[in-house]
Amino acid sequence: MVRGASLPITIRKLTKSYGEVHALDNVDLDIESGEFLTLLGPSGSGKTTLLMVLAGFTRPDYGSVCFGDREVIRLAPHKRDVGMVFQSYALFPHMDVRANIAFPLKLRGLPRREIADRVDAALEMVQLGGYGERRIDQLSGGQRQRVALARAIVFEPRIVLMDEPLSALDKQLREAMQIELRQLHEKLGTTTIYVTHDQREALTMSDRIAVINQGKVVQLDTPRRVYDRPTSRFVAEFIGESTFLEVECVEGTCRLAGQPLKVEDTPPSSGRLLLMLRPERLQILDSQSDSADNVFEGRVTTVVYQGDTFLLQVVLDNGARLTVRGIASSRSMARAPQAGDPVRLGLGAEDAVLLPDQPRT
Amino acid sequence: MAVSSSDVLIGQGRPNAAGLRRDQLFERWTLLALTAPALLLVLITMIIPVGWLFWLSFLADDGSLSLEHYRRMIEQPSYGRTFLITFEVSLLTTAICIMLGYPLAYVLSQLPRRIANLCMIAVLLPFWTSLLVRTYAWLVLLQRQGLINAWGINLGLWDEPLALVHNLNGTLIGMVHIMLPFLILPVYGNMRALDRDLLKAAANLGASPTRAFWLVFFPLTLPGLLAGTLIVFILCLGFYVTPAVLGGGKVIMVSNRIANDIELFFNWGAASALGVVLLILTLLFIALAARLVRLDRMLGGGPG
Repeated sequence: MVRGASLPITIRKLTKSYGEVHALDNVDLDIESGEFLTLLGPSGSGKTTLLMVLAGFTRPDYGSVCFGDREVIRLAPHKRDVGMVFQSYALFPHMDVRANIAFPLKLRGLPRREIADRVDAALEMVQLGGYGERRIDQLSGGQRQRVALARAIVFEPRIVLMDEPLSALDKQLREAMQIELRQLHEKLGTTTIYVTHDQREALTMSDRIAVINQGKVVQLDTPRRVYDRPTSRFVAEFIGESTFLEVECVEGTCRLAGQPLKVEDTPPSSGRLLLMLRPERLQILDSQSDSADNVFEGRVTTVVYQGDTFLLQVVLDNGARLTVRGIASSRSMARAPQAGDPVRLGLGAEDAVLLPDQPRT
Repeated sequence: MAVSSSDVLIGQGRPNAAGLRRDQLFERWTLLALTAPALLLVLITMIIPVGWLFWLSFLADDGSLSLEHYRRMIEQPSYGRTFLITFEVSLLTTAICIMLGYPLAYVLSQLPRRIANLCMIAVLLPFWTSLLVRTYAWLVLLQRQGLINAWGINLGLWDEPLALVHNLNGTLIGMVHIMLPFLILPVYGNMRALDRDLLKAAANLGASPTRAFWLVFFPLTLPGLLAGTLIVFILCLGFYVTPAVLGGGKVIMVSNRIANDIELFFNWGAASALGVVLLILTLLFIALAARLVRLDRMLGGGPG
């Protein structure tokens, strides 16, 4: 299995409603050939529906899905030639590991010799060499995950779909598998659509993330852009921690409680906007001499020690509450302010992100 | 000195070990005591009567020990015919039940659960009426001047009244009707429990609906089907009422023969011997079926 051909996916006006609920609402999405794209969203956002439409298991109301140049919207699932890893793994319990992986190859009528070779190669690839004769119920969760993966890639599909494949694994194994999946993708170069509700997983693995909410793609960007430059309050809240402060913008100048703000990007609009603050992007300024693009003054109400980091709950002088995160080294902990201490916080212009003020969704 | 110090060590190193072990033993005996009523019931209702049956079958008419009844069963060809008919009727009934019940169970398993439950009540409805009533109802429907023949002739489907009852046809119709739920229930349960993702996975990997059925759905519902088949077949072997009423004396199964032996000839020995042979044949059949199931698991290793 070498880097093979992969296909781009073009989705246009894809819509699926269940009664009044729009699971997919006029979705337009271009997925590049060989890209690892994650569909990220809360449960019920429509991300799984989108994956099921791509696999052919859910029939949409209307819209277009093209794999390369080929329209597949009405194509039966077994003719689509996409690999899929199910959340439940969906391994056939009446077959051993080898027969599970050989299943798609036998259906394609490959010669016995080649099937054996390719199954062996797939087992090696997922580091399960020697496990071919095991029954499925003799495997651990992580091993089943690998068998499901091997079965999905063994017939060299040009598109691979993954439906929360790691959600059943414990945290450590999940993080190891994230790296492994990512490396496998780099080796195979297959267009991969990955569904998850775990924002950290999405940030770790993806080339691009499509954040989905209420059946719509609300932002499509690289992990860094999605985290650093969310375009809406929903994305900012769903990915990472954040606090929002109200600011007033007039002719490109924004003020937080009268204090002018230095920002890098031009504000998206005039009037009332929200300033997004990531806890770890705020610096705790030690002395009066330390400075930053924007400085907020306040008082610490709580200090929470979390091992690798610590959190400060701060009330600003204008009454707003926010959270600051710092790396917890012995030195920084010794210098960290105590509850009740006054504190000065710095925010770089590049980390000051302004968002339109929408109601919470 | 050494002994006493090691005793102290055990006592100190493993506190309360003896007491905890006693508690565990006590719990185990309490659990065992709970099964005592069931064991007693099995003893009274199963072991003793069957043992008595065995004993009777070895007694000649004058009360002496003999193999007379078994010898007669081998010598008289009519006994062989009875067993043959019993197995023939049971096999046919089971086969028809599979052909009707498996697809029906499939349809039910695909329906939304609420509708499926309603349909299931319809399937189980026959259980709420007496077996005898249902059997006589079939007699009314199937006889020469019965409803079915009257309609068939009126609609011009056939000219002469069909012989639907008082023969093998009638027996099979009646028995299939009674046995069908016993097949549907385990098969339906099996199909409901099957993970839907497995069929999606099969389709995703390139299996057409037909191949997905034969390579994935069917093998995975085989345990339910085999359970249902076995239940139906074994129940059929001992069937009495339906062949007696709908068979018209032409379908004489082992149970009918046993009834005759007792009611007409007061020959308990002969009846017991028949019962014993039927029991042994049934057990042999179960053993065979059990082996088949295991074989299936071994063969189920790969598709195609």
